[in-house]
Amino acid sequence: MATLEIRDLHVSVDTESGTKEILRGVDLTVRAGETHAVMGPNGSGKSTLAYAIAGHPKYTVTQGSLTLDGEDLLTMSVDERARAGLFLAMQYPVEVPGVTVSSFLRTAKAAVDGEPPKLRTWVKEVREAMDRLRMDPAFAERNVNEGFSGGEKKRHEILQMELLRPKLAVLDETDSGLDVDALRVVSEGVNRVVSAGQTGVLLITHYTRILRYIQPQFVHVFVDGRFVEHGGPELADRLEAEGYDRFLAPTASA
Amino acid sequence: MPLLETTHHRHGDAPYVPDQSRAERLTSFEPADFGSPTGREEEWRFTPVDRLRALFRDEPTGLCLDWDQHLPEGVTVSGVPVEQWRQAGLPQPGDRAAAVAAARSGGVGVIDIRAGAELAEPVRITLSGAEGQLVHGHLWLRVGANARATVVLDHTGLADYSEVLTVSVGDGAALSLVTLQRWDDASTHLAQHDVVVGRDASARHIAVTLGGGVVRLNTNATYAGPGGSFEALGVYFADEGQHLEHRSFVDHSAPRCSSDVLYKGALQGDGAHTVWVGDVLIRAAAEGTKTYELNRNLLLSEGARADSVPNLEIETGQIEGAGHASASGRFDDEQLFYLMARGIPHDQARRLVVRGFFADVVGRIGVPDVEAEVMAAVEAELARSEAAGGVEAAQ
Ligand SMILES: Nc1ncnc2c1ncn2[C@@H]1O[C@H](COP(=O)(O)OP(=O)(O)OP(=O)(O)O)[C@@H](O)[C@H]1O
Ligand SMILES: [Mg+2]
Repeated sequence: MATLEIRDLHVSVDTESGTKEILRGVDLTVRAGETHAVMGPNGSGKSTLAYAIAGHPKYTVTQGSLTLDGEDLLTMSVDERARAGLFLAMQYPVEVPGVTVSSFLRTAKAAVDGEPPKLRTWVKEVREAMDRLRMDPAFAERNVNEGFSGGEKKRHEILQMELLRPKLAVLDETDSGLDVDALRVVSEGVNRVVSAGQTGVLLITHYTRILRYIQPQFVHVFVDGRFVEHGGPELADRLEAEGYDRFLAPTASA
Repeated sequence: MPLLETTHHRHGDAPYVPDQSRAERLTSFEPADFGSPTGREEEWRFTPVDRLRALFRDEPTGLCLDWDQHLPEGVTVSGVPVEQWRQAGLPQPGDRAAAVAAARSGGVGVIDIRAGAELAEPVRITLSGAEGQLVHGHLWLRVGANARATVVLDHTGLADYSEVLTVSVGDGAALSLVTLQRWDDASTHLAQHDVVVGRDASARHIAVTLGGGVVRLNTNATYAGPGGSFEALGVYFADEGQHLEHRSFVDHSAPRCSSDVLYKGALQGDGAHTVWVGDVLIRAAAEGTKTYELNRNLLLSEGARADSVPNLEIETGQIEGAGHASASGRFDDEQLFYLMARGIPHDQARRLVVRGFFADVVGRIGVPDVEAEVMAAVEAELARSEAAGGVEAAQ
């Protein structure tokens, strides 16, 4: 069974004023079939964790380990990690002018599977997946994310996750900017993938409302570059009621 | 009428304001009327004139390029004396190199497309150099009234080539002219292409420049009557040490004409240099003009430089619309990351992004064979740079 293990991960970025450490010792294990919600204040480093797992070149791992089924991800390039089974649904999906969704999906599928998908079944599979996510078939011929609304971009990310069937998916605020219908549609997509049992999900979110549709077994609180508390679904409710105050360092004026 | 002027300069430079109107620029049949360029002149300021000295010398060479032609039914090729071309009331040379080429070519090669002909396939002429010979080329493409034609001029091999091409598009005709520059990298090529658009005619000039050490292509359009449309498309890809320059000048002097200019280029490697200068002049008589021009450059590596200068002069308020935009940007690493995060290997992802960048302009070529050829050539350029290890991995 697929397992992502993060141990004592430290990550920094180069800024104009020197190197800045953002992740300061992250530990987490996510197994296939599990859903983990990560909640934490703005700027605490959640996206940084997501990018670091995916291997974004801007983020430097200075300490710790990251493995998928025991394989060292840190020595792999971005594309190798994806082919090893990682998937990142981005907080801000990137527009790629001139590349159509259909050719992008086919290219990605071929890369991840190591062989091009069978044309006839593939076209059908894509159409059905788009249908389930209530995406107009016309999106297939549009350029990747170009001119997509915020919610359309998020559906497109989930579409990719469903089609690429990763072992481990990191969803970075996929629920932000979704209307109630889209939230339900996207949540159903995530639930389908998780219930198939082959995929573990790390769901970064600010809102408990998505947790009405997606039931995480684990909820983690992320503050200032590390996890500060772990619990079950009840932790999310408590965060909703109390906020992050009790995890934050008291301010001088208080 | 709405006057719509948009300018997007990513690097914040204002549109270039020349010290004289484009209307006042000298044209002449006489080489002696032009000094030999020094590089300080306005129209030569980007060009490495020292690499072009031979093409400014006012002497015949008696040499020519190999000429290979494929002419569908309705097309003939012949020659006329230069004098006859001079008497035809056509645009005159606009710089020293063009004046020399026209004066020293020894005769004009004429391609005639019969009036009313609807060509079943493109005219294809391949011009190739072998020994790096210095050649003055002089061509006249005459498209008869109401004809519909596609003409492909393909330049290959090793030569120093100075060219004047006059294109007369008859009333109501529709022409797509594709000029491919696929020279060896030691070649040089200076060209002046004048397109005269007939009444209600539509002319398309498509420049694809991939090879050559120094290539400088001046494309000028004028209108012989109202209702004409002109479209200029350009695709270029400059590697290490290449200088690829495209200048377009659309001279709107007739009413209700349109022009649409779109050039896109990619650059990679040390000293890769591209220049685009797009002049549009809307004269007082050109009421109801509609014009737009756009240039985009994609910098794939450090050490490359793209100059982009749109220039719009408007002498009448009675126009449909006029706008221009230009932007040069570095290759977007975030696009690359996004594709790679879906498992697509680095080189393939990079090819997708570059292909995507060119997709709209190539898609507008409208000649399926040529579109496929151009995309393949762009991919070959990329593959070459990958093989040469010119691409640093994203890790
Ligand atoms: N390239 C960078 N240069 C400088 N600072 C950075 C860079 N990337 C991230 N940071 C900083 O690191 C911190 C964590 O950012 P990150 O985007 O990971 O936060 P987040 O938890 O995802 O926040 P949000 O909830 O707002 O999405 C922030 O203070 C951010 O400004
Ligand atoms: Mg974030």
